[in-house]
Amino acid sequence: MATITPLTAPNAERVSQDKEAAIAALESLLAIRFFEEAVDGLFARGMMHGTMHLSIGQEAVATGVCAALRKTDFITSTHRGHSHCIAKGADLTRMMAELLAKQTGYCRGRGGSMHIADVETGNLGANGIVAGGIPIAAGAALSQKLQGKDNVVVSFFGDGATNEGAFHEALNLAAVWDLPVVFVCENNKYGMSFSTAKSMKVEKISDRAAAYGMPGVTVDGNDVDAVYAVAQEAVDRARSGGGPTLIECLTYRHKGHSKSDKNLYRTKEEIDFWKTKDPVGIFETKLVDQGVLTQEEVDQVTDKIRGEIRNAIQEASAAPDSDPAELLSSVFREVN
Amino acid sequence: MSERIITYGEAVREAIGQAMEADPSVFMLGEDIGVYGGAFGVSGDLVHRFGEDRVRDTPISELGIVGAAVGAALTGMKPIVEIQFSDFTAQAMDQIVNQAAKIHFMLGGELAVPMVLRAPLGSGTGAAAQHSQSLEAWFAHVPGLKVVMPSSPYEAKGLLLAALDDPNPVIVLEHKLLYKTSGHVPEEAYRSEIGKSKVVREGKDLTVVATGVMVSRTLEAATQLAAEGIELTVIDPRSLTPLDMDPINASVAQTGRLMLVQEAPKHVGYMAEIAARVSEGPAIYSLTEPVKRLAGLDVPIPYAPQLEKSVVPQLPDIVAAAKDVMRGV
Repeated sequence: MATITPLTAPNAERVSQDKEAAIAALESLLAIRFFEEAVDGLFARGMMHGTMHLSIGQEAVATGVCAALRKTDFITSTHRGHSHCIAKGADLTRMMAELLAKQTGYCRGRGGSMHIADVETGNLGANGIVAGGIPIAAGAALSQKLQGKDNVVVSFFGDGATNEGAFHEALNLAAVWDLPVVFVCENNKYGMSFSTAKSMKVEKISDRAAAYGMPGVTVDGNDVDAVYAVAQEAVDRARSGGGPTLIECLTYRHKGHSKSDKNLYRTKEEIDFWKTKDPVGIFETKLVDQGVLTQEEVDQVTDKIRGEIRNAIQEASAAPDSDPAELLSSVFREVN
Repeated sequence: MSERIITYGEAVREAIGQAMEADPSVFMLGEDIGVYGGAFGVSGDLVHRFGEDRVRDTPISELGIVGAAVGAALTGMKPIVEIQFSDFTAQAMDQIVNQAAKIHFMLGGELAVPMVLRAPLGSGTGAAAQHSQSLEAWFAHVPGLKVVMPSSPYEAKGLLLAALDDPNPVIVLEHKLLYKTSGHVPEEAYRSEIGKSKVVREGKDLTVVATGVMVSRTLEAATQLAAEGIELTVIDPRSLTPLDMDPINASVAQTGRLMLVQEAPKHVGYMAEIAARVSEGPAIYSLTEPVKRLAGLDVPIPYAPQLEKSVVPQLPDIVAAAKDVMRGV
């Protein structure tokens, strides 16, 4: 088992103003970054199978949003889902084991990178279908309301998902039923290779909220504090019965869409520009500049997280491979 | 004591009402199921008994509705989705096929989707090609979905209550021509086992497997044929997934003849699976005649009544086909 300190809401307006919350956020940012750099490396060396979608460059979205959530709150995630899974508190060893096709992985080797769910932390699952998780999030929110629980559901999805019918149907349902759900769009400018400049006429994805009578807001998705602020407001509104919100987080993925990406649709200048807006570096600098953490403390957190990722790889590598013998008996849950 | 007789639609409604009384996590969602009472009148007065939260009218939004049911099922509720016509499941196929069917397996088994999706299928109402299909083979082909086709008021109630006990997604395909038909239905809550075929009539000459409205139509044919000395065994699989072949194989071993009757188009239809399974086992050596498939034509369902009737097997077609098998033609 390899875990990070659970994210927590700061006892201050900003995450960066509360040392405990700031350390947890930094751990989350670094864990996502190092986990993905590690799997990128394992893949490059032929030690990892299949494909994966990396969120390097987008770590602040999951981190800022999940800092506003309770453990009992739910999320739905996407094909680019490692960041959400880690920020919600997943065990890095079980995630790594899944990617390494092990029996101890979250999906016992049946799902891989695109399908990790974690019941323990309220992660209802990453999803290989663009926008597939959005109606599910609305349903989970309806379920909370019908059961009289005050849990909130967050649905993460990309800019591309907002052109799918499922997005529009789910937002409408959530709005007409005042559901406790927060829709978080990670706008990284491209649906695979297709630019948002070409795929939609609206300038801001958050403008689409108006069509469903819900608030919509656009925020710097590379700034943990900014993401947390809008997420906290939306989560509070949802929890108190005020209904859904659409949040658009402007961000960028440093890596390609997936393993087949030759980066033919983006310029080196654009990628380099966004690397200057790296959410991890920005947050570290802010903490040190504001005197919340010393550089030594940042380095200690960095070493700790590198160690956790190493543990995750070692523990996962030692686990047994996933077992084909149980496949046929696993399609249905047994009827009691 | 006389047997209580109610309609198929009433039997479905009674099952839903009993399930909702017994289990607060059961709720219903769908288009026009509230005060309207459902497009085929199935939900009827349920909204007045259980309120608008649990008998939840939805926007016309099949993908969203089924997705919402999946999300609710994942988090402790037991949703019953009504899709107004089974044809409209095409609008919701991602949530049915890529989400509901796969979540339990793909995500490692910790999560399950105890969702029931009810949808009326079939032709005979003059509603033409987009409101009349029999799409059961679509669902039966997807690992992770259970599929049942109640053929009588008794099964409509029993299979629905069994579906609600099941922790997996169950597609319940009700035949719209059956809603107003009547039959014996016990008042208490009872279950028809999913995964057990039912022998509804026993005869020595010919085994007939039929689904949906074709079960009652085949029973009528059996009565006519009996008058002419031909005795049919009629088997209703009830659940297409999982499929129980045992009574079918056992009957074929006795009669040596097999006829398969479905309303859906013949090409790649569900009955091809039953024929294939018989051919894979020892029952094939009992066959004295080739397997006969009587099915819908491979065309979209047309509007005009004479055209519509000519597309799907009617009573005389079943009688004639059975005689053909008996004559060896």
